[in-house]
Amino acid sequence: MRQDKPISRLRINLWRWGLLAALLLFWELGSRTGLIDDFFFSSPSQIWQTAVTKWQSGQLWRDISYTAASTLLGFVLGTVTGSVLGLLFWFSRRVALVAEPWMIVMNALPKLALAPVLVIWFGIGFSSKVVLAFLMTVIVAAMSAYSGVQSVDPALETLLISLGAKRRQIFTRLVVPTALPSVITGLRVNIALAMAGSIVGEFIASDRGLGRMIVYAGTTFDLKLVWVGVVVLSIVSVLMYAGVVALEKLLLLRWTARKAN
Amino acid sequence: MPEQHYLEVSGLSKQFGTGDGAVTAIRDVSFHLDEGRFLSVIGPSGCGKSTLFNIIAGLMSPDAGDVTLMGESLLMKPGRTGYMLQKDLLLPWRTVADNITLPQTLQGVCRKKALQNALPDARACGLEALLHRRPDELSGGQRQRAALVRTLQSGKPLLLLDEPFGALDAITRLSLHQLLTGLCLRKGLTVLFVTHDVDEALLLSDEVLVMGCQPGRIIGHYTLTQAKPRAITALAHPEMMQIKADIMVLLEQEVKTDAAG
Repeated sequence: MRQDKPISRLRINLWRWGLLAALLLFWELGSRTGLIDDFFFSSPSQIWQTAVTKWQSGQLWRDISYTAASTLLGFVLGTVTGSVLGLLFWFSRRVALVAEPWMIVMNALPKLALAPVLVIWFGIGFSSKVVLAFLMTVIVAAMSAYSGVQSVDPALETLLISLGAKRRQIFTRLVVPTALPSVITGLRVNIALAMAGSIVGEFIASDRGLGRMIVYAGTTFDLKLVWVGVVVLSIVSVLMYAGVVALEKLLLLRWTARKAN
Repeated sequence: MPEQHYLEVSGLSKQFGTGDGAVTAIRDVSFHLDEGRFLSVIGPSGCGKSTLFNIIAGLMSPDAGDVTLMGESLLMKPGRTGYMLQKDLLLPWRTVADNITLPQTLQGVCRKKALQNALPDARACGLEALLHRRPDELSGGQRQRAALVRTLQSGKPLLLLDEPFGALDAITRLSLHQLLTGLCLRKGLTVLFVTHDVDEALLLSDEVLVMGCQPGRIIGHYTLTQAKPRAITALAHPEMMQIKADIMVLLEQEVKTDAAG
């Protein structure tokens, strides 16, 4: 069997950043030499210049904060509501069995297709984006929590009953901690879904946000600005994902290493 | 008026299923136990030992019969007895300290006070240095000791131990026998103990019940007079050897009847 050599972290990072640098250099040089059509693809330096101008005018920050706020609010509301619903299904197997096919259908439903309806219902402002981000996340969170609830060990439940635990105590001391890893795993998926919801909401109708900026720039053939939108959106998305991963680690650490006094 | 015993089990019967597929788990099981006594129940697999324990623990209702502790019925009243199973059933996300204090915290005792109360038992079971560890950091014997301390912390006057040492190696099991006997004598515990191991029953018990299968019923009841704690050499005593031989003959007949049936 082949023995794997230990992987140098420094070498891996050098390769990762080196590939990015090579791509940007190729893009920049290609654009300057005419190898790449700079109308359609612009160039890293032009994108940077446009981003700086938009940042200095305050418009870029305004759009970033708008999109980030609707994403985060929808994510938090959807995740909390869905997780609580999924966990509460433990109290009634009958309610859970009735709700299960509904959740499956709701999960399969292309919720983004509801965006135009939601914009009509909730207006072109902030709330329609939050509602869309909420809808994108709530079912996934409920299903994650419910799958965690289903993994509760019946023998542990019997043990707690034999110790005289009340249902509320079994819920808080057994069901919630058992389901927590499933709930936490759902967070990574949900942050990306919440952002997709917010952006699509902004695509349909909005007066602010990165989604609106991209659509506006596209319709006016300002492709440099489209690229600024795409790059900034990617950065915001990666930062939010990193934030959720950090939150996951923190929660799982608390879950696994609760120290005795 | 008939003499009232500490624990009275009278005429217990339980059948699972209906019609042709019905299985009688136990039929007309009756016995009694006085306070501070240790009674082992021994029998082949499927003789209804666990059903009997589940009924006494208040986790399952019988079709007929009653169980009383100090004159009060235990039927469908979980939380009146301390219950320990072959699986340690420690909550994996809790430290040893949090696991052993669980019965008390469920009863509303604050964690700090519960830990203070549990410390003498934890010390007696050699767990004092392991209180901050989680179950996956413990050996099988340490986990069972933690489960034993948790059972003791339930503060219940009657302990039901369902094959608690069945999954342990012989040496660990011996050390736990000594520990359990010491605790029982010191605290005057009343214990019902299920085992497959005749030697284990003879080492630990004041009385041994032998159960036959299909249906589960009592086929033998022995009282052991050897002083406790008993060393392993006590098994070589003529009285013990005679009782062991009698039990083995009974069990062999049961297994033969079962195979023939």
